[in-house]
Amino acid sequence: MAKKKVKKEEKPGVILKPEEYSIIGKPFPRVDARAKVTGEAKFAADIEMPDMLWGALKRSPYAHARILHIDTAKAERLPGVKAVITGKDFGGFKWGWSRETRDEEPLATTKVRYLYEGVAAVAAIDEDIAQEACELIEVEYESLPGVFDPFEAMEEGAPLVHDDRLGNICVEYHWDFGDVEKGFAESYLVQEDTFHTPRMAKGYIEPPAIVAYWTDATHLTVHAAKGSPYFSYRILSNCFQLPLSNVRVIQPFIGSDFGGTKNDMVNGDFAATMLAKTAGKPVKIVYTQFDELTTCLRRHPMWVTIKTGVTQDGKLKAIQTKVISDGGAYTRMSPLSNYLTGACMTLPYQLPNFKTDIYCYFTNNPSSAAMRGHGVYHTRFAGDVQMDMMAEKLGIDPVEIRLRNAIKNPKPGKLYETISKLHLATCGVEECIEKAAEAINWKEKKKKKRVEGYRAYGVGVAAGTFLSGAKLSGHNACAAIVRICEDGSVNLMTGATDVGQGSDSIMCALTAETLGIRLEDIDLKRVDTAHTPVDPGTYGSRVTVLAGEATVNAAKDAKRQLLEIAAKEFGVKPDEMEIKNKKAFVKTKPEMNISWERLVRMACYTTPGMVVIGKGQSTRGISVYGLTDFSSGTGDFGTNYSFTAQIQEVEVDMETGLVRCTDNSVIAHDCGFPLNPPAVDTQVVGGAYHPGVGAALYCEFKMDKGLTVNPNLVDYKLPRAYEAPMTEVIHVITNDPFGPFGAKEASEGSTCTAAPAVINALHDAAAIWIKELPAKPEKVYWALKEKRNNK
Amino acid sequence: MKGEPKELRFTVNGKLYELQVKPKALLSDVLRKDLKLTGTKRGCLESTCGVCTVILDGKAVRSCSILALQANGHQVTTIEGLAQGDKLHPIQEAFINHGAVECGFCIPGRVMMAKALLDENPDPSREEVRLAMQGILCADSGYVKQIEAVEIAAGKMRGGE
Repeated sequence: MAKKKVKKEEKPGVILKPEEYSIIGKPFPRVDARAKVTGEAKFAADIEMPDMLWGALKRSPYAHARILHIDTAKAERLPGVKAVITGKDFGGFKWGWSRETRDEEPLATTKVRYLYEGVAAVAAIDEDIAQEACELIEVEYESLPGVFDPFEAMEEGAPLVHDDRLGNICVEYHWDFGDVEKGFAESYLVQEDTFHTPRMAKGYIEPPAIVAYWTDATHLTVHAAKGSPYFSYRILSNCFQLPLSNVRVIQPFIGSDFGGTKNDMVNGDFAATMLAKTAGKPVKIVYTQFDELTTCLRRHPMWVTIKTGVTQDGKLKAIQTKVISDGGAYTRMSPLSNYLTGACMTLPYQLPNFKTDIYCYFTNNPSSAAMRGHGVYHTRFAGDVQMDMMAEKLGIDPVEIRLRNAIKNPKPGKLYETISKLHLATCGVEECIEKAAEAINWKEKKKKKRVEGYRAYGVGVAAGTFLSGAKLSGHNACAAIVRICEDGSVNLMTGATDVGQGSDSIMCALTAETLGIRLEDIDLKRVDTAHTPVDPGTYGSRVTVLAGEATVNAAKDAKRQLLEIAAKEFGVKPDEMEIKNKKAFVKTKPEMNISWERLVRMACYTTPGMVVIGKGQSTRGISVYGLTDFSSGTGDFGTNYSFTAQIQEVEVDMETGLVRCTDNSVIAHDCGFPLNPPAVDTQVVGGAYHPGVGAALYCEFKMDKGLTVNPNLVDYKLPRAYEAPMTEVIHVITNDPFGPFGAKEASEGSTCTAAPAVINALHDAAAIWIKELPAKPEKVYWALKEKRNNK
Repeated sequence: MKGEPKELRFTVNGKLYELQVKPKALLSDVLRKDLKLTGTKRGCLESTCGVCTVILDGKAVRSCSILALQANGHQVTTIEGLAQGDKLHPIQEAFINHGAVECGFCIPGRVMMAKALLDENPDPSREEVRLAMQGILCADSGYVKQIEAVEIAAGKMRGGE
């Protein structure tokens, strides 16, 4: 855990004088809010093309079965049907998250591996006929025995989901840092517990949708609900053997993603594209929420066994974990999810020894993948609840034990290195815990045991972290183009996608701030792979940090070009000039100035042939202190890391077991520097806190042999407005040198602290430990009953 | 099963429409597909998410869960009918200014729900706003800001501030 120096070239290009910012750090409305409140914002399902057909999917009624024969003749004869396809039309193409994991077909050809997997598709003149035609497709199956949880999957002789994947192992990791046995031997208290986090829906309301058409035999255009459109761009290029230059993915407004499904592809995307090719007309496929909730990607259910050793004063000596997870039918992003679930354990507390074994299994359930708090959520839940269990035994206050273990904020210019070689230039977790405890008046709250009739109240604390600016081993290209129009208005083009987190507004603000002009002067063009620069996409909390860096660099490049012209005019050097409030001026003599519009006109008209285009790219996604090494679990998976502490009060109905979060709640969040504070607040509260409360108390897919029993958001129980407590958000400013204007990711980390804080509060109120999420009333009821019986 | 199309005559955003629709056609589908009013979203088709909410004769209804023909002879207002030209409705303004908009998918339905509430009850308590808003799910769960935005709009509409 040596402290390293920040390398010279990594020294921040940030101006650390927030009081001088014109836009950044102050509240500003989202650039797309007007289009969204008037209904003008077009989402994928709102897009229509002339002469467009509707597509529908024929889905398998078996979770595991061999496909023996598909007869489409009757469907083809139905009037109004224009094309019918099966998986065979894709010529054996398979796709996946990485080259090694291409194990999924656009539509299954020989075997279905989860219930309702697509096997054929129809395009017809309307949606009803397309669906009716699907009913007429006859598929002969041979039903196969399946495996429906990892424990079934790991049994010897269990049916194989993929014939070539023995033992149904999807991915496994075994890492060892320091010496855990020595750590346990030196511990005063060692404890082992198993925690379970359930299968969860992403919970977005907009189901996948796509409109695909071929402008000619070799040019494809799709409008699709994709949070990472360049995934589809590459996959479609491979699938249809088109050069990338001929694949145009145009991004409409996106109704949230939260990782996973909208990152890559669904059966309907491939089907619509192939149907459009076959029929020679645009084809649209819109999923229902039922389709989404029964077939699309969900959060991995995990079983986390965690053994921790601490000293008598509560200092962590060693942690050993064993994680079992259900990857579902195909590999998808499981290698990454399971990597993160192990790798995050060395944050946010000082940990000298760590060992982990992680096993992810294939099952005949819909595939698992990223969900907000990707991987981190599961093990941080286990770690932070167990910390309270041990603190209680040691007689140490929960806030105090966290403060004793929290990684300290490194001094400016220094780096903290964890045992797994993660590097932190800033770490506000200690300040987050202190501020949260102060805001809620922790000491007073803990002292007073509150019981009112049959209701008991308690408070709980948790701390957490998340990576920002995911570092990848491939596909890192991330750039921005800032085009100055001759009237002084500006087009911004990035490959980044705003799925609702507000990145379009942030990118516009970074551009305007850097150029010294107004937010209204910037017009952002959403992703169109024919024009915008290639980008990894919206995941790994990477957009603000990496696309943001690219955007700032592009704006700086455009500014440099303009200042060269202005400097010539005033007979000074470009670096003696600055632009602010739409005026370029000599820094030492502000009276020597020129308005933005005049300067731009001068540049565009009087300099022959000049077009002012600024280009910039992000560098930090790849410039590293050691790339992530999946085999050893070492290295930075983030460019920087956010931190959160949360304190939550709960009310427990001691008769029924119903738990409710009260409005006595505070989240202290270190996102480096909040670029738009109200937007960060909204994301922390809505995009993190409430889903976290949902994970703690409500949300869980119920499964029965591959069938999702509660495939609607009411029975699944997404929190509604009356289950969404208010909370106070405190910003802890650490000004990270690796993020634009000091920023790190905002709020993905905060989604990981609600569940442990709620479960710890529940223990404080009712003296029971719920180790299997969610803490639904029946679970709490039985735990309370057992406690009473044991007395 | 298919049924012959029947005539539907109704007013949407103040404009009279006469068209032939299948008896099984949902109001949301006719608004979106026939009238091209795609501001009304299609979510669950089973009354759980509420993003298809429109106002029918002053009441908020889920347009995915009533047949288009049930609107025959009635008045429908959708999100497209809320602003007066360039002038936004106070609810729309409050949603923008208060930062209550994130991905925006639930916003049209939510704004219509808020309008139905405030038209009937110009001075709702927080609990009443929460109760009205609970009919519409939001994945981003911008509930806190949305509830506050409705209260701000209510104040404006009552002529305060």
